[in-house]
Amino acid sequence: METMVEIQNLCKHFGSLVAVDNISFQVTQGEILGFLGPNGAGKSTTMKMITGFLTPTSGTVKVAGHDILQSPLSAKRRIGYLPEGAPTYPDMTSAQFLDFIAQIRGLQGLNKRKRLDEIIQRVNLESVLDQPIDTLSKGFKRRVGLAQAILHDPEVLILDEPTDGLDPNQKHEVRTLISDMAKEKVIILSTHILEEVHAVCSRAIIIANGRLVADGTPSELESRSLYYNAVTISLRAPQQQAPEIRKQLLNLPQVAKLETLEESPSLLTYQLFPKNKSPIIAEISQHARERNWKVEELHLDTGHLDEVFRTITTAH
Amino acid sequence: MRSTWIIFKRELASYFATPIAYVFIVIFLFLSGIFTFYLGNFFSRGQADLLPFFNFHPWLYLFLIPALAMRLWAEERKSGTIELLMTLPVTVTEAVLGKFLATWAFTAIALGLTFPMWITVNYLGNPDNFVILAGYIGSLLMAGAFLSIGSCISALTKNQVIAFVITVVVCLAFILSGFPLVLDFFKGWAPQLIVNTISSFSFLTHFNAISKGVIDLRDLIYFFSLMAFWLFATAILIEMKKAD
Repeated sequence: METMVEIQNLCKHFGSLVAVDNISFQVTQGEILGFLGPNGAGKSTTMKMITGFLTPTSGTVKVAGHDILQSPLSAKRRIGYLPEGAPTYPDMTSAQFLDFIAQIRGLQGLNKRKRLDEIIQRVNLESVLDQPIDTLSKGFKRRVGLAQAILHDPEVLILDEPTDGLDPNQKHEVRTLISDMAKEKVIILSTHILEEVHAVCSRAIIIANGRLVADGTPSELESRSLYYNAVTISLRAPQQQAPEIRKQLLNLPQVAKLETLEESPSLLTYQLFPKNKSPIIAEISQHARERNWKVEELHLDTGHLDEVFRTITTAH
Repeated sequence: MRSTWIIFKRELASYFATPIAYVFIVIFLFLSGIFTFYLGNFFSRGQADLLPFFNFHPWLYLFLIPALAMRLWAEERKSGTIELLMTLPVTVTEAVLGKFLATWAFTAIALGLTFPMWITVNYLGNPDNFVILAGYIGSLLMAGAFLSIGSCISALTKNQVIAFVITVVVCLAFILSGFPLVLDFFKGWAPQLIVNTISSFSFLTHFNAISKGVIDLRDLIYFFSLMAFWLFATAILIEMKKAD
């Protein structure tokens, strides 16, 4: 796989404040990289350095082999960028604005016409083409911003909080759009919506206090969760039997910890945590079958990304 | 330079997309008319020239041009579009030039619309049309110099009001630098060379020379180098603090 974005030892200081502290990573063709982190962690700053808007204090950024500092124009030609909040010229109509971007991107004549039509259709802008962007709803403004970013069919697409402030339907639309483009491009997007990482990203990076603290697929990150491979079991049994059942469950070889979620007169619900995050669901279900427990629910937890996120970002 | 042209077109069109263009042009024409006919005693002078018209231009520009220039970069900063513009494959120089030239072209349009003044004076008498043309050229050059200053100061802030006020003050200094008010301040302690340099920076000296019909190369160089200097400063400022 070809490395499209290469970031090495990237640092950015604002006076005495270290906004980005020695971040390195690479992104290859076909990857959708999610940038996670609390507000102010350095996500936007990093993106601004990748797109050449901010000059790094030290470190290098290479986009499709072009150094953003040494040959900014050829690097910028290969990038499509949606800045945070999707800024556009409010007085222009969507059509005028996109035409301006197309010209700056070097599209001309028939080719420009074709490309504009294609993109306008892709992001559903037909109905608002002749309205000033100022008068558009948030969802449409974001779409204009997205259209602007993908107009020249860039190899690398960088989206700073593309779904921030949109309603659930609009979020879904934007995510579908992003997923559709994944095969042909490298996409880096920042977000603080964790479900989004699952929905669209093939890889996630967590940044806290300017440092890269985790890098892996969403599932890998989830496996760091305390809840990874934890099992929730609900069974119908009289409350008197509860202490005995608890004891039996705890005696299973791989079970490390038991938490009582509910003990009502007829229903007992427990959450069981494995030793070393090993899978324990088979063991538990077998035990339940042997004892003829009336199991109402048996649920395997795949880990909570938000819990991993909290643990990682507050520890540093 | 293709990008400069594209940015130029966008910027110029943006004036006409909002009421700015129409308000500016109407007020410019109205005030230049008032100044010429009432304060400048156009009729009672009994001379067929446009000197009373041009004489007020520095003062008219002092307030109107900063109002045009203040939005050049401050607005891009405020709305965040500077991030969009600076991540497009465009150099800072191309952007600075494109935006400046658009505003300059806009003032040229406003200035051009004062043509009834020229028709009037030709109807009433036999003026030296070359002198009038020189006056227009001088006025346009001076407007460009004001604009380049405004462009630079607009690049410093995201607040248009601050950009306006500081530009007015700097432009006023450039107008007054030939006046005793400013020169006396320096005379006490600065060497004569510096005092002379300051006085030679005055817009008025150079503008008056041109508007009397004397197009001296030195005056042209003065205006063009002034514009080059301030635009260069604009580019450096944008490059340095584009993200602030």
